Amino acid sequence: MEVPGPGFEFEEPIYELQCKLHEYEEQPEKTPEVEDAIRRTRREIADLTEQIYANLSPWQTVQVARHKNRPHTVDYVSLAFDEFVELHGDKHFGDDSAIRTGFAKLDQHKVMVVGHEKGRTYKEKSACFFGCAHPEGYRKAMGKMRMAAKFGLPIVCLIDTPGAYPGIGAEERGQAQVIAENMYEMSRLGTPIICIVIGEGGSGGALGIGVGDRVAILQNSYYSVISPEGCAGIIWKSHEFASKAADALRFTSSHLKELGIVDDVISEPLGGAHRDPHRMASSVKMYLMKTLNELRSSPIDDLLQQRYDKFRRMGVFLEDTAELDVAE
Amino acid sequence: MSDPVQTATKRQKRGVPEGLWLKCPGCQATVFRKTAEERLNVCPECDHHFYVSAKERILQVLDEGTFEEWDANLRPADPLEFSDKRPYVEKLKSEQKRTGLNDAAVTGTGMIRARRVAFGVTDSAFFMGSMGSVVGERLTRLVEQATARQLPLIIISGSGGGARMHEGILSLMQMAKVSAALARFSETGGLYISVLTNPTMGGVAASFASLGDVVFAEPRALVGFAGPRTIKATLKIELPKGFQTSEFLLEHGFIDRIVTREKLKSEIARTIDYCGK
Repeated sequence: MEVPGPGFEFEEPIYELQCKLHEYEEQPEKTPEVEDAIRRTRREIADLTEQIYANLSPWQTVQVARHKNRPHTVDYVSLAFDEFVELHGDKHFGDDSAIRTGFAKLDQHKVMVVGHEKGRTYKEKSACFFGCAHPEGYRKAMGKMRMAAKFGLPIVCLIDTPGAYPGIGAEERGQAQVIAENMYEMSRLGTPIICIVIGEGGSGGALGIGVGDRVAILQNSYYSVISPEGCAGIIWKSHEFASKAADALRFTSSHLKELGIVDDVISEPLGGAHRDPHRMASSVKMYLMKTLNELRSSPIDDLLQQRYDKFRRMGVFLEDTAELDVAE
Repeated sequence: MSDPVQTATKRQKRGVPEGLWLKCPGCQATVFRKTAEERLNVCPECDHHFYVSAKERILQVLDEGTFEEWDANLRPADPLEFSDKRPYVEKLKSEQKRTGLNDAAVTGTGMIRARRVAFGVTDSAFFMGSMGSVVGERLTRLVEQATARQLPLIIISGSGGGARMHEGILSLMQMAKVSAALARFSETGGLYISVLTNPTMGGVAASFASLGDVVFAEPRALVGFAGPRTIKATLKIELPKGFQTSEFLLEHGFIDRIVTREKLKSEIARTIDYCGK
C-alpha cells in the first residue's frame, strides 16, 4: 500500500511521518520496539496534524476549502441525508448542474436542499463550470425554494462556489438580475432557511443562495466579497499576491464570526473535512437537526422579522451624533 | 453638515478634463464644454452622456431648492484595517477631499415636478461608486423612510466597483441588506424607480439597481454583473460589440426604457403618476 502524497506544501511534515509509520508497519517482525515506534509515530502524526490545522493561514485555509477531496453537495446529500429526490430545471431556459436542488429527508424532517456542485471528475467539472452557476441555476434554486415555502418545507442551502459564472450567455440571461431577485425573495420567504458554507463562499454567487435564518460555515471554508486572486489582481496586478490578499480580506470562519456575518462555525474533523467526509457529514447533520428543531418552533412571522434584523445589523460605519459632539 | 448643492460647483469633474474644450469619448469630437454643460453634460454631437456627480444629479432631477439630505452624518470606518499599497483610511480621506463627499451615496428627500420622493444617488467618482457599509446603510435607511412615509423611491446608480473590496464581506452583505429592505417596501405597495447610469456593475447591479418596479437606463451605459475584462480573461475571446450596454440589456429584456438625461425628470414624474396613489 502506498502512502498518499501531501495535499499541500504545509502538509509535508505530516507526510514524512506517515512514510515513517508506513515503514514500521511493513516490517515483517513486530518486535516490542517496533510496536512502540508505531504507537509513538501515530500519536506524533495526530499531534502535528492538529497543530498545523489549528494554525492555518488564510491562504492555506483557501487551499483546504478547495481541496479536491473536500466533500461537495452531492456527498452531503448521500452521507447526511436519508433520501434525495433531485428536481431539475428552471422551467424557463435549462438545467444548470452547478446548482443541485431536490427534496431530501433528514430523519423526521422533510426539506428542500439547494446546493452548489463543483463536480469531481473532469467531465463533471466542465459540465458545471467548476461550480460557477449561470442565471438558470439561480432561477432553478428560487423556483424550488418558492415551492418549498408553498408546501411548508424548510430549506437547506449548501454554498460552495468560486463565484457566479462570468460569461456572455450569463450576462445575456441576466446574472445580476437573478442574484438580486434571489436575495430579495429569500429575505421574505415564509419557511425556515439554513445556509451552510461548505467550501468556497464566492461573492454574489454565494449570496444568491445565501439569505437565511441561520448562516453557518465549516471551520476551513471561507466567504468573501472577492477571490484572493481577484483582489491580488486588482491591487498588485498579479495573482501571485493571493496570499497577501487572503490576509487582508479577513474571510476565514473565525473572522466571519467576529464580524457577525455567520451565526455558527461547524468544526471539521482533524486535518480537514477531506480526511473524514463521513464524520464531517454527521456533524453537518447534527447541526441541521438541532437548528431545524429550533427554527420550526418559532412562528414564521417572528422568523421573518429576525431574518430581516439579522441582515439589517450588518455593516460597520461611524455615525456622528449631537451627543458625541458634546462628549468630544 | 455642508449643503451638498453648494459644494457641487466646487468639485472637480471626473472624466471631463478641465478647460474650455473637452474631447467626447463617444464620437472623438472636440466639443465646447459650456455647450455640453447646458445640455446636462451630454455631447451636442453624438448624445454621449458624460459623467455627472451626485450633487449635479440632484440639481438636474429634483426641483430647485427642494432637496433635504438624510443621514449625512454617516462616515465610513475601516473594520478590516485594510491596507495594500496605501491604507484604506488614507485613501478614504483623499477620496473625500477630492469629491467633497463622505462616501459614494447621497440620500434624502425632494420634489420632482412637485411630487415628493425619497431620492438616492451613487457617485461613481467616489471609490468607483462602490458599495461599502455606508452606502448600504444610507440606502437601507432611505428605503425604510420611503416605506414609513409612503413615498415613491428613486435611486440613480453609478458604480464601476460593485461591492467595495476594502470592507470585505461586510460590503457583500449590504447587497442582501438593501434588497431585503426593498422587498418590504414593495410589500407595502411602494413604487421604486431604478435609474442605471454609466457604469452600473457587480454587486450594485446584482442588488438594488436591478430591483426597480420600473428600470430606466441612460443611453449606452455599461451595465452588467461581471466586468468585461474578467469575462475576456476567462473566455479568451473578443466580446461582441455593444455587449453590456443599456441597449444590450433592453434587447435582452432587463430594462424597461432607455431614457436620455434630458427626459429623465419628466419620465420619472410620468411614471409616478401612473403608479402613485
